[in-house]
Order: sequence, then structure tokens, then C-alpha cells
Amino acid sequence: MLANYGYKDASGDFFITIDTDKCDGCGNCVPACPVGVFEVLDEDPNDPMRDEPVAVVSGEKKKKLKYECNPCKPDSDRPALPCVAACGEGAISHSW
Amino acid sequence: MAEEKKEFWRWTESNWKSPDINWNDAKYMTVGIDVGSVSSQAVIMADGKVMAYGNMRTGSDSPNSARNALKFALEAIGDMPEDRMDYCIGTGYGRVNVPFADRSITEIACHARGANFIYGPQVRTVLDVGGQDIKAIQCDEKGKVTNFLMNDKCAAGTGRGMEVFSDLLGVPIQEVGDRSFEFKGEEPAAVSSTCVVYAKSEATGLLRKGWTKEEVLAAYCKAMAERIYSLVERVGVKAEFAVTGGMAKNRGVMDRVMPFVGLERMKTEWDTQIAGAAGAALFGFALCKKGKGRKK
Amino acid sequence: MISAGIDCGAKNTKTVIMKDGNIIGKGTVLTGFDQEQAVEDSLEKAIQDAEISRGDIQKIFGTGSGKESVKMAEDTVNEIKAMSKGAFFFFPHARTVADVGAEEGRAVKMNDKGDPEDFAINEKCAAGAGAFIEAMGRALETPLEEMGPLALKSDRDIPMNAQCAIFAESEVVGLIHAKTEKQDISKAIHDSMASRIVSMIRRIGVNEDVVMIGGVAYNPGFVEAMKRELKLEKIHIPDDPEYGASVGAAVLAAG
Repeated sequence: MLANYGYKDASGDFFITIDTDKCDGCGNCVPACPVGVFEVLDEDPNDPMRDEPVAVVSGEKKKKLKYECNPCKPDSDRPALPCVAACGEGAISHSW
Repeated sequence: MAEEKKEFWRWTESNWKSPDINWNDAKYMTVGIDVGSVSSQAVIMADGKVMAYGNMRTGSDSPNSARNALKFALEAIGDMPEDRMDYCIGTGYGRVNVPFADRSITEIACHARGANFIYGPQVRTVLDVGGQDIKAIQCDEKGKVTNFLMNDKCAAGTGRGMEVFSDLLGVPIQEVGDRSFEFKGEEPAAVSSTCVVYAKSEATGLLRKGWTKEEVLAAYCKAMAERIYSLVERVGVKAEFAVTGGMAKNRGVMDRVMPFVGLERMKTEWDTQIAGAAGAALFGFALCKKGKGRKK
Repeated sequence: MISAGIDCGAKNTKTVIMKDGNIIGKGTVLTGFDQEQAVEDSLEKAIQDAEISRGDIQKIFGTGSGKESVKMAEDTVNEIKAMSKGAFFFFPHARTVADVGAEEGRAVKMNDKGDPEDFAINEKCAAGAGAFIEAMGRALETPLEEMGPLALKSDRDIPMNAQCAIFAESEVVGLIHAKTEKQDISKAIHDSMASRIVSMIRRIGVNEDVVMIGGVAYNPGFVEAMKRELKLEKIHIPDDPEYGASVGAAVLAAG
């Protein structure tokens, strides 16, 4: 499942996509993110029949991604995003 | 009745019972409760078949709305004790406020599962436009979500955005759909601002220029349609296509969305408002069968 | 050399007339629905203020979201360039500028000549612009100019969850129903708006000398909220912050 967390508003598209078929719930993304965007849940709220834990974008952060993710996204000299780099399974991607 | 709220569409509170099902024969009785921002539904299932449902307005207090919807569904059955329920799942915007639920599941999962049930297994894309959010979901033949997004950050394209325009123009919300087609000549271009706040100022400018209310409504419904479609596009359109949620009944918007989609909307005999609660009840049944039901 | 800069914004149109590096006249009018008329009126006002005649102006540059309506301009400059030059004119040591207008918020990092090096913009969404505070003022039934002073009276921290002006209106109404003090609600409104603007500034980098221009800089509640969020003792604000971009355009017109 491609879980697109985030939003589109008049200023642009701000989605973090977690591919839950790739996510193994390891939790490496949780400490990698400086603003705590991710959490790992034992039960996937979007897939109740799943048995393994899964990473999700937590609660109110979903509505502020454009702002929360800013520190990792300088306009110039952009390094690899820490969350994307931390995920060994390549399950995380950003739309902007 | 719950406190008077503004309606995004015309509907009446109702409950229903299947004439063919006896709860005494069922192995698992499960209930799904969907507490939305405007309406709340409870669906009671006997081994995965709809036995009864109740559909009510959401009051100011979510826990009570959940309880009232359940009571309403139980009233339709009449003789079943509440403790006959094996499992209860809460979903929807107020899902954490269903105190008697065994578990809460997102409306994404429940809408997909519910759409699969009420429209049939051919459904692949589900669009749900509610009072405060827009959900676009892709699912497989089992109703399992394969791709989704839920936009609840921005009011553009939601029922709330429509309500702002209904207030601005003084056109009752239930008349918006029809009146948005009552213009002469060519359909006006869409309002260009996405942000509802800016769209409102743009509309004020259009009225000042001499546009009729109907023309402004047409332009706004068109803008809503463009906005809604841009979200559907993100998850992709696959046949068949189903629409749920309050906006499904607003032809001003939906008749303008569908040409973008390029498919016919699926039809159903069921009340589409129960999709989320039906999905929740089905998950309850599936969990019980898997031995993951209530710990006794 | 006498030059003029005209900034046709979403809410107000502002003109500045400069002579040999000094501001000699200013004029602002509501933009309304006729931008070209607003441009004429604000220019006329500035000419009267400067006590010159129109023929004395050698060069005019236009800027702002309605810059195409500045018909008499020799040229137009983009808002990023205009705001940088304007901020640099007032505070040449500063390198970070925030311009918060009625319908747009911008942040720019500039070099030691006042040329922009990097920028971030929030446009088309009211949550990151002055329109947010204006809309919340209506929900709170408080005139816009009283919103800031009201916020200054509060020292409570109430989080606002809504990130959309429309949904935030409902949240404000909810807070009113919950009998939250108006001043606390007003502070919450300014804090939530400031956190969005500051995150935009962080994207381009913050240094100690931050300049703020644009009409929202008149709002003392917002300036305080910005200081809290940036963890700065002071933010540099020119006397007439709404003329920031007009000054930049006038400076550029003078060459």
C-alpha cells in the first residue's frame, strides 16, 4: 500500500509516501527525523489485517509537513533527506 | 434529535433492518460505527451480512453521537440485547470518541472495505468528499487499500468550502447544485484561487463586475471539481469508480468532476452514507474469524 | 535624480518617491478592484507629499502582485528583488528579510550588496499571510488593528491545530464557546501564523539581523510572536514597513 500522508494546498503538494509493502517497521526513520514526523505502530490503522508493525506520519504533523520538513530542505545545497537515507527498504519518499 | 447543524446536502435520518436475518443464528455479531463531522452511522452485521443500520446527524458531542447511532440501529432490530455484540469498531473523524469500541480503524481502510461491499468487488477507485476532508483511495478486489491520500489540512474542495460560498451568496446549500447550472450561454471559467479565503474575495469581485449568483456558483463548483480531481489524479484513476460522502449528492460539483475522471460513477441500492460503518463492521467480522476478536 | 517605486499589492498600493537616495514622498491607497486606478491614486498622493510635479520624476519602476497594472512604469521588478533592495536601504548590515503582506509571505537571504541569493515564498494560501489574521479577527469580532495589541496582553500558550484559515475560523469559534479569553485566542492566532513564517525563514537560513517589512510588520502582536519563534531579542523594522518593496523599486529605478 502507498500511504500518502500530508496534503495539497494552494501553495503546493506536500506528501510523504510510505510504501507499506516495503516498510518492515524497523523504526530507523523515527530517530532520523529531527522533528519527529514518524512513529511506528504495532497495528496499521489503515490496514487492520496486517500483522507486522508499520511506520506512519504522526497525528498533527500531517497537516504541517511543508513547515515541519523545511529544516531538511534548504533551497540550495540540499543533502539527502535523513528519513529517506535512514530507510534501508527504500519505503519513504517525498513529493516536493 | 441532535442539535441543529447546517446540512451539506439533503438527507434524512433513517434506520433499517433486514427482514431475512435472525441474530440468533449468527456466530459473530459485529458493529461498525462511523462518526463523521456531519453524520454518524452504525451498521450491525451478522456474520458479515448487514442486519441493521442507523444513520443520524452528529451532535456536538462525539461519544453521544456514536451511542445514539448504535441505539437507533438496535431499535430497528428491536429484540437484540446490546451485549450480544461480539466486536465493535469505531471509524471516521470522531473514531477515537467511540468509548465502547474494541478498536478504531481509519476511515481510509473502512471506506475502501465498505465500498467493496456496497458497490461490489469491481470497485478500484473510491472518492469521498466530506464536510472537512477529501479522500482518494485505490483498492484491490478484496477492498484492501493499495494507494490513498486524505486531505484534511485545507478546506478547498470540501463541504466546508461549499458552505462558505453558500453563505457568501445567500444560496441555501441544498440549492447550490441545481442553481449552479442556471446560467445563460457558456459555462463561466473556474474561480482561479484555490484557497477558499482568496476565492471568496475573487467571487466578491465577480459579483461587483455584474456576474449573477448562478454564474459565480458555476465558477466555484468548477473550481471545486478541478481541485477534487487533482487529488484523485495523485492516487490515479482505475475503473470502476465509486463516489461516497456528502458531496456525492451535490450535482453542481460531481457533474463537473466526472468528465475529468472519464468514467461512469458506479451505482448501488445501498445508502452510500453507510460505507464507512459497513467497512468497520466487516473488519470486526474478519478479526473475529481470525481469532483476533474481543479478549474474553 | 528623482525616481519612484510603485508596489501594487493585493490589499494596498504604495508609492515612494526618492531624490538622490532620500525618501521625499509616500502615498498609499487601498487597491480595491481597479488596480490601475489605485496605482494612479497612490502615485498622485506621493507626488503631493513630495511637493513636486509629475514631470519631475525621471524614472518609475513597478512591483508587487499587480505590477502589470503600473502602466506608467519604465520597467517592473520582481518582488524578491524589490524587497531585498528595500530592506538593504534601511538596514545594510542585515542579510535575512521577511516580507509579510496581505496575501503573500516571502523570505529572502541577500548578499552584502542587497541582491537576493535565496528565497522562499508562500503564496496563494491564506494561512501564511496577513489575510489569516484578518479572517481570524472577523471570527473573534475584533477589528484587525486591535488584534495585535490584544495579543500582547496574554502570556498563555494555547496551541492552534488548524493549518487552514477556514478551519482555523471554526477552531477560534470553538475556543470562544469554551470561554477562552479573547486575548489568549488572539495570541494563539499570532503564534500559529508566526510559526509558519519562521519555518519559511529557516529554510533560507536565519542570521541575527532579521529585517521585517510588509504591512503585517505594523502588527505588534505579530512582531512579538516572530521574536519568540525566532528566539531573537530584536527584529529590525523600518518606520513604514509597508513601503519596503516600493523603496526597493525606487532605488532600482534610480539605478
